[in-house]
Amino acid sequence: MTALDARGLGKQYGRRWALTDCTLKIPEGHVVGLVGPNGAGKSTLLNLAVGLLAPTTGTIEVLGGIPADGPEQLAKVGFVAQDAPVYPSLSVADHLRFGAHLNPGWDAGYAERRVDRLGLDPAQKAGKLSGGQRAQLALTLAVAKRPRLLILDEPVASLDPLARREFLQDLMEAVTEHEVSVVLSSHLVSDLERVCDHLVVLAASRVQIAGDVDALLASHHRLIGPRRDLAQMPAGQDVIEAHHTDRQSTLIVRTTGPVLDPVWMVEQLSLEDLVLAYMGRASESARSRRPVLEVQS
Amino acid sequence: MMWLTWRQARIQTLVTAGLVAAFAILLLATGPHLVTLYRDSSFATCHRGCDQDASNFLNQLASSSPYHLIYLLGALLLVLLPVVIGLFWGAPLIAREVESGSYRLAWNQTVTRERWLTVKLGVLGLTSMALAGLLSLALGWWASPIDHAAAVGGSGGFQERFFPTIFGARGVVPIGYAAFAFALGVLIGLLIKRTIPAMAVTLAVTAVVLIAMPLAIRPHLISPVRTSVPLTTADIQGLTTSANGTDLQVLAGTPALPGSWVLSNQVTTTSGSTNLGAVPAACQPSTNAGPKACFSALAAKHLKQSVTYQPASRYWSFQWLEFGIFLTVAILLAWGCFWSIRRRLS
Repeated sequence: MTALDARGLGKQYGRRWALTDCTLKIPEGHVVGLVGPNGAGKSTLLNLAVGLLAPTTGTIEVLGGIPADGPEQLAKVGFVAQDAPVYPSLSVADHLRFGAHLNPGWDAGYAERRVDRLGLDPAQKAGKLSGGQRAQLALTLAVAKRPRLLILDEPVASLDPLARREFLQDLMEAVTEHEVSVVLSSHLVSDLERVCDHLVVLAASRVQIAGDVDALLASHHRLIGPRRDLAQMPAGQDVIEAHHTDRQSTLIVRTTGPVLDPVWMVEQLSLEDLVLAYMGRASESARSRRPVLEVQS
Repeated sequence: MMWLTWRQARIQTLVTAGLVAAFAILLLATGPHLVTLYRDSSFATCHRGCDQDASNFLNQLASSSPYHLIYLLGALLLVLLPVVIGLFWGAPLIAREVESGSYRLAWNQTVTRERWLTVKLGVLGLTSMALAGLLSLALGWWASPIDHAAAVGGSGGFQERFFPTIFGARGVVPIGYAAFAFALGVLIGLLIKRTIPAMAVTLAVTAVVLIAMPLAIRPHLISPVRTSVPLTTADIQGLTTSANGTDLQVLAGTPALPGSWVLSNQVTTTSGSTNLGAVPAACQPSTNAGPKACFSALAAKHLKQSVTYQPASRYWSFQWLEFGIFLTVAILLAWGCFWSIRRRLS
């Protein structure tokens, strides 16, 4: 089953395109990291996926249905919006009541245990919770409705490093306990690399690359060697990023096969390096208005 | 959804219902004595030619303090109620959710936003209509002796129920106002997406509509009756002339049309012109001919009194018509909410 299937998806605000020609297929059963700089279109994509936005072009299907199209579809998807909105004047206990009244599949036992374990005071007004506690409350609501897919928009952006780690650990526990798929966005790779097995890089309103984390790491290398003209790279090696000094070239390439040329020293990439390479290429191509994918020969 | 609707609206609802209840208690406390005063008055036993008795009764009420005050307060409250409902129930309903971002939480539960809106609009809309209806019913019961007497001969600051300031505070019309103001507030909140500006715009639009209705729209809902009768000396209340004595104007007393809403009252010539021509010599202040000579000179002009009015028998037609108009507009506004909750917010 496909968790998220976008085809030619685009969203325009006034004259600005927040998301352009996004074609993306994410299988179910993964923890997917959506990473990109601020303003790259991450929130737009996620809001399209839960039906809070309507696409300008293209289509999007989530778990085989049109987002927010009826109660069945809503029941399948749990969403924590950016900044984890809650009702400031309602207490924590009221929020659990809210979840129970509005979701037939509500898991009251889980919600209460979780609130208890997090040490949230049920009588506390949600408006007086810290950012981390608010995010945890919002996550509790999203998980306790027992969705098949959890969509989290920058869930840890407002949290301090310790709260970040706790939140993500907690999320992973919920994921293994309930076998739920997750799509979560962040502008920091470090937040995602601990938890994600699938990655989507979004930059300059376009999907730059998407795939399994292990496969991505296996197919990308850093090559260091004598200065080389990029036009002379072999077929099947896409240069994502290139740095040249007078005598030396440092390249990040994507390749399907092994790098055989002995002049290169081949290094493993970290996920962060990989993401930064794609982001860098996106911003460069946005500046020079060249097409994102260049055919390297 | 019912739980959420109540949980989010309970403060506004309780405050508004509390105010309505407090006023209803005031009406209940003073009503029985008002009925006693009515029974003891000569008006209660009068059968024909009662205008003097009616006015005596009303003057007595005007002088015995709380009644006139409660009467005015009631009229004021019934105009304020729809404004309060539009402002505090309608405008924040969606605007506050959008402003705080909590709509993104609410609309991702297992409830479509259409159903979310249906329950909120339905429950709060019907509650606001019920409150307005109850208040109107209580005030109508309390004021029935007054309205009865005022229909025969308004006096002491009491007006007949067809009069613009009282019309909107009786019968079914307040229910229509409440439905309209609520739906208007919700739609404006949905379009403006910010609570305070939405409240301000709702206030302005509601005020304009509630003022324009009696002034510009209501008189023409059914075309008024026109009568033209010869002007008798007894009807003349005064004369005015322009400085050079060329422009005559005659002021005539309101004709006896019990319970009717008089829209205009003019003195015209036989041909219907409001230009009465030159002032007769007998009426010139300089000639000093005395009133008798002036009146007979005026009688020679065969002036007519031309009155347009809505007869008392049309009162309930007007009530239901205006209720229907406001309810229809409220339904259209609610439809606009459903339309834009899908489109404007996505």
